[in-house]
Amino acid sequence: MERRRVDFREATGRLRLCVRTTLAFTGLVALCACRPAPQSAPAHADKVLRMVPQSDLEILDPVWTTALITQDHGYMIYDTLFGMDASGRVSPQMVETWDVSADKKIWTFTLRDGLEFHDGLPVTSDDVIASLQRWGQRDTMGRKLMSFVEGWEAVNARTFRLTLKEPYGLVLESFGKPGSNVPFIMPRRVAATPVSKQIDDTTGSGPFVFSKDQWRPGEKVVYLRNAKYRPRAEPASGTSGGKTVKVDRVEWVVIKDAQTAVNALAAGEVDLIEMPAYEQYPALESNAGIQMVEPNPIGAQFSLHFNHLAPPFNKETVRQAAMAALNQPAFLQTQVGIPGRYRTCFSVYPCSTPYFTTTGMDFIARPDVNRARQLLGESGYDGTPVVIMQPTDLAIIAKLPVVAAQLLRDAGFKVDMQSMDWQTLVSRRAKKDAWNIFLTGAGAEQVENPISNNMLSAACDKAFWGWACDAKLETLRDAFARAGDDQARKALAEQIQARAMEIGALVPLGEYVRGTAARRTVTGFVTGYFLVLWNLEKQ
Amino acid sequence: MTPIWRFLVQRVVSAITVLLVVVVMVFLLMRLTLDDPAAIIAGDSATTEQIQQVRESLGLSRPIVVQFGIWFGGLLHGDLGESFFYKKTVVQLIAQRLEPTLALALCTIVMAVMVAVPLGAIAGWRHGGWLDRMLMGFSTLGFSIPVFVLGYLLIWLVSLKLGWLPVQGYARLADGFSPFIRRLILPSVTLSLIYTALIARVTRAAVSEALTEDFVRTARAKGLPEWRVVIHHALANAAVPIVTVIGIGLTLLLSGVVVTERVFSIPGLGQLTVEAVLNRDFRVIQAVILLFSMTYVLVNLLIDLTYLVLDPRIRY
Repeated sequence: MERRRVDFREATGRLRLCVRTTLAFTGLVALCACRPAPQSAPAHADKVLRMVPQSDLEILDPVWTTALITQDHGYMIYDTLFGMDASGRVSPQMVETWDVSADKKIWTFTLRDGLEFHDGLPVTSDDVIASLQRWGQRDTMGRKLMSFVEGWEAVNARTFRLTLKEPYGLVLESFGKPGSNVPFIMPRRVAATPVSKQIDDTTGSGPFVFSKDQWRPGEKVVYLRNAKYRPRAEPASGTSGGKTVKVDRVEWVVIKDAQTAVNALAAGEVDLIEMPAYEQYPALESNAGIQMVEPNPIGAQFSLHFNHLAPPFNKETVRQAAMAALNQPAFLQTQVGIPGRYRTCFSVYPCSTPYFTTTGMDFIARPDVNRARQLLGESGYDGTPVVIMQPTDLAIIAKLPVVAAQLLRDAGFKVDMQSMDWQTLVSRRAKKDAWNIFLTGAGAEQVENPISNNMLSAACDKAFWGWACDAKLETLRDAFARAGDDQARKALAEQIQARAMEIGALVPLGEYVRGTAARRTVTGFVTGYFLVLWNLEKQ
Repeated sequence: MTPIWRFLVQRVVSAITVLLVVVVMVFLLMRLTLDDPAAIIAGDSATTEQIQQVRESLGLSRPIVVQFGIWFGGLLHGDLGESFFYKKTVVQLIAQRLEPTLALALCTIVMAVMVAVPLGAIAGWRHGGWLDRMLMGFSTLGFSIPVFVLGYLLIWLVSLKLGWLPVQGYARLADGFSPFIRRLILPSVTLSLIYTALIARVTRAAVSEALTEDFVRTARAKGLPEWRVVIHHALANAAVPIVTVIGIGLTLLLSGVVVTERVFSIPGLGQLTVEAVLNRDFRVIQAVILLFSMTYVLVNLLIDLTYLVLDPRIRY
């Protein structure tokens, strides 16, 4: 027994020694870890703006994809001929002067002097023409414009001419469209890449230079200030005006977890969260060091889409019955729920943009479940289950299908709501017989006119998902594209909306505004259609 | 051929068979899901025609057998192809994500072993005592707390309230040891809790069982000090199950600790796998699953070889 006690003491002593050694090692590591990280910047510290982007940058070609993150990347490194200010007016950007012939068929543009690509080569007419031709093969508005184009001509290094077969009313609007696909100007050698292939040369002439060697997918994207960029003199507004860069470097820090992003902002490890989730607003707003800003006060629009090819919504009367049951406030309160961040809008165009009208919106503006039931009874609906696709991983629209399902059930529909991730929904959406309804959201810049809003397309197989097919609606959209004055366009926009509602091309479900969370040390936000990173200052 | 070489050859042959089955299964499963990466790549506003263009440019319109032939041919030459999304090769993408995952896995397992083995040995030695009961309580707690809850709690306390360590991110070792270790401590502590609990439990059981053996009684009868009996006799004889559980833990860690990587925003293989699955980036999914399978096979082989060193009675 005595022997055991002695051994125990001895063992305890050795254990203590072991513990001490471990503690010493741990202490050394802790000391190393807890002392401030060495500052790599010597005499002149670079000003670095760190932002958590809405998603990870994956594709670098803004013509190849319509992904918003690639569009944001495009605005960092490329410039455009025209921009659109916050009031929706198209303003020159790379263009200095332009004129149009009396018959409105010949447009002549002259570029600003001194425009340079990141590699030091000047931006020429040839670069512009090649870029527009590539974009025109892909973008909805671009393809419409190209169908009117007779030819392009580089008059000299800075001047180019566009000749049309007949007058087209949206030439400047096409060049200045803020939403995807944006007609960014690239060097001719890059724009010569077939549109079916991704570009991998990221040379642009925009305010930032993409640092490809520092790009780590899933981790961070780095942009450096383009010291050679010459901003316009006008104040920045939307995607137009002076794009003055006031930091040396911008880093997009990819943080997938919403709570971790908020923690990183609170700790000052990042300066901005581009699009925090609504659930994070209370935590963000209660932090004195954080401000909520609204770079896009116009907001975005929720919408519901029927599959016009699959029963039961292959019948117009069934679509109308469903539309009578849908109730904007129910969708907005459930999905957003924060007063001031949503508003009803009985129009397919954003409520604060020029083409806003309530013409033909009876179904949506005055939802009535009894009327819906009556219409459904008259339609001869045979109880075919309505498959609604719910993207559970996309918080910004995940609750909308739940509301739609309940409202449709109340109206007498048999509903089969199927949950899936967004990418499955996107894959499945392309199949014509695999669904009946999906819901989505679109930025105001994408839906502000009947041409840029491809959800209004009724060109059958070439239409937006749901494949609406209506010759009258397409004729009206063509007439809109040709219209030469604002008054005629406004009248046509009204008719287009009325017809779109009649056939149920889409159902607008109201508007929502998503803010950006930023440290209070960040100032100089530009108001427009989305967050842009020029003009931002970091104290 | 000596038995050990015969054993090695058998294991390599069976490993190649396993990997071939994995390769074929993964390739077929990816294609049979009917998911379409082209629709995802083309973006939300793309038309059917644009998606078809993307599909053709990615080679997804070809017959499955042709696609498999091209991919497998590349694999035999060490070419895993290019990601559908990033203009980077799959090898480049995996190489970028390997260091964070390896660092997190090794740091976690070292922490867990350093804490769990002594604790488990003490608990086994003092079987039924207050220390044992306390350690087993801690172990149950370790199993019960979800990783993300512990992660958020540690971030709140250590990073936001005390300001000692960064909230998120990963710094490469090449950028300096201090930033590297600063960003690794919280995720490793978070993740090591469950492994500490697991290893401690196994160690306790193995040591307490070994202490009842005749050779321990003989060692004590010879008058050896108790610490020597515990460490040199009981713990050494309990090493086989402990090494097994450490090996399994390591493979689990290497094959991606998605939740921890997400909570601490560590760009490791776990996050890459999730992104690739969500994007239907087939080539990346195929490559990472192949890598994980190889890791499992290799680690299991190493464990089996370690048995030979730890227990001379084991023969293959």
